[in-house]
Amino acid sequence: MLGTGLLQGLAVTARNLLGSFHDPKRFVTTQYPEERTKLPEAYRNFPFLVSENAVDPMGTLRCVACQICEKECPPQCIYIEKSKDKKADANGKPQLYPAVFDIDLAVCMSCQICVEVCPFDAIKMDQVFELATAERFNGLVLNREALAKPNSYFQEIHPTEAAEVDGRLAADRKAAEDKARAAAAAKAAPKPPSALPPPPPAA
Amino acid sequence: MNAGPAASDPILERLPGLLRDWLLQWLPEPVRWLANSLIVIGCILAVAGLLFAFLTLAERKILGRIQNRPGPNRTGWFGLLQPFADGIKMLTKEDIVPRAADPVLHLLAPVALIAFSVLTFAVIPYGRHLVPVELDGAVLYFFAAGAATELAVFMAGWSSHNKFALLAAMRALAQLISYELPLLLSFVPVVLATGTLSTTGIVAAQAGWRWHFLPHWLVFTPWGAAGFVIFMVSALAESNRSPFDLPEAESELIAGHLTEYSGFKYALFFMAEYFGMCALSGMAVTLFLGGWQAPLPFLEVIPSYAWFAAKILLLLLGFIWIRATLPRLRIDQLTRLAWKFLVPLALVNLGTTAFWLLTAPWAGPLQVVRWAVALALVAGPFLALGRGLSAGLGPRTYRYA
Repeated sequence: MLGTGLLQGLAVTARNLLGSFHDPKRFVTTQYPEERTKLPEAYRNFPFLVSENAVDPMGTLRCVACQICEKECPPQCIYIEKSKDKKADANGKPQLYPAVFDIDLAVCMSCQICVEVCPFDAIKMDQVFELATAERFNGLVLNREALAKPNSYFQEIHPTEAAEVDGRLAADRKAAEDKARAAAAAKAAPKPPSALPPPPPAA
Repeated sequence: MNAGPAASDPILERLPGLLRDWLLQWLPEPVRWLANSLIVIGCILAVAGLLFAFLTLAERKILGRIQNRPGPNRTGWFGLLQPFADGIKMLTKEDIVPRAADPVLHLLAPVALIAFSVLTFAVIPYGRHLVPVELDGAVLYFFAAGAATELAVFMAGWSSHNKFALLAAMRALAQLISYELPLLLSFVPVVLATGTLSTTGIVAAQAGWRWHFLPHWLVFTPWGAAGFVIFMVSALAESNRSPFDLPEAESELIAGHLTEYSGFKYALFFMAEYFGMCALSGMAVTLFLGGWQAPLPFLEVIPSYAWFAAKILLLLLGFIWIRATLPRLRIDQLTRLAWKFLVPLALVNLGTTAFWLLTAPWAGPLQVVRWAVALALVAGPFLALGRGLSAGLGPRTYRYA
């Protein structure tokens, strides 16, 4: 009959009006500053530097200032200065470290190429999106102190990727330790008479 | 507020009048009439203004809930201060007048619009003793003042010197004049039945209950129900509300006649629109829903103005609900609905009312015949016209590529 369509429409809106009060599934809004939805694991925006622990982030940065990311970065938003001295890395091997590591977020295009080229798993993508600043130039250039975040944070935001990286790093470390132990054992053992050349030092 | 309250009424019923008298006793006799009018005007403006403010909030809240979101809830408790934040924002905005516009008309249009819409509030009986101006031709006055708002809308469109504004003003005129006719025709049966053009008289004629529970409201007669529906549809169109909000169809006409308005003038247009909506709802309550009369005898302890407020809020909720539901019509559909559907139905309704009034003495089984004939006279033309108009139009089949 004429007009029944209008009444059906009114019934639909009335159902939604009442449903929004008692059915949380219908009511999809998140009250943003107070409530937050969990970001999907694959979400990424800007890179950060991974440090081994949160206690001494500058001392335990994985970055060795190899500058591959700086060279690969398409919009050239990364600026690195190598250190003059060397510090021991997680495996105890002396390495360079970045004296200056700046990323200009105003330029970064979130392409993740720096993450893909990094041989040390030292730079990863972050999920922080509340980056508004009152200062247009320096406010958006993050230095290494602002970029450094502990590995535990990385495990929290990208659990799958972090597990894979941690497994690989642990395997590398174990291999290095085994090699060192083997080398030490070889050194301690009496030299065979054939006078082989000494084993190469642990990599 | 001219009728003095009778001492026999309960205290709540007399309270507004007593307050007014208490305020007036401090003034010398010669200026009391002036102060009386000023108090009434002040009350109307304050109540209508606050109603407008919170109606915008209620509308946004309800629209939000219908779309499964919370609506404004940041400003104050549950967003209750939102209207005032909006008001401050509107007041502090820059008032832009286009260089090519007619500055006098551009300024006068919102003022005239708000003036005419406030005028309509003068004759609505808000309670048993609460009618600002007692007029013999109150209904006529109401619709005359309401129709004058069309002038202001066209003023706005013409003075803006903007093609969208002018187009919208033409549309608005076409729409408002088209719907003026069913609006007026839909209340003629009420005048026919009650024999008076005075709003207090119409409300008084709807007093009492049949069998102590069915109020004598006109909406409970076949012709009254039909008239009420026609009145409300026309009221939707008259107050430029969705689905008839063509003058401001933003997808076609930017903001219609409001395109060149900003700041407080823009707010005044919205205020006038809501005032018009409230006034038409108030008139619908007065004409068809028994005005300030309580629905059941024992509910009369609640004062009459509370009943009026409840009824008007219910109708306003209906306006919001319809806005949340129906999509906008096209201009040809809009005028077709008025001229080919509502006007004939309203004219037939006049005949139905005449039949109803002529058969008033019928009793016993004849009463059943009376109801049957009246219902057939309402439903028959509705179905026949609806079939005829929608023949060849519906239901569409959509084919996707």
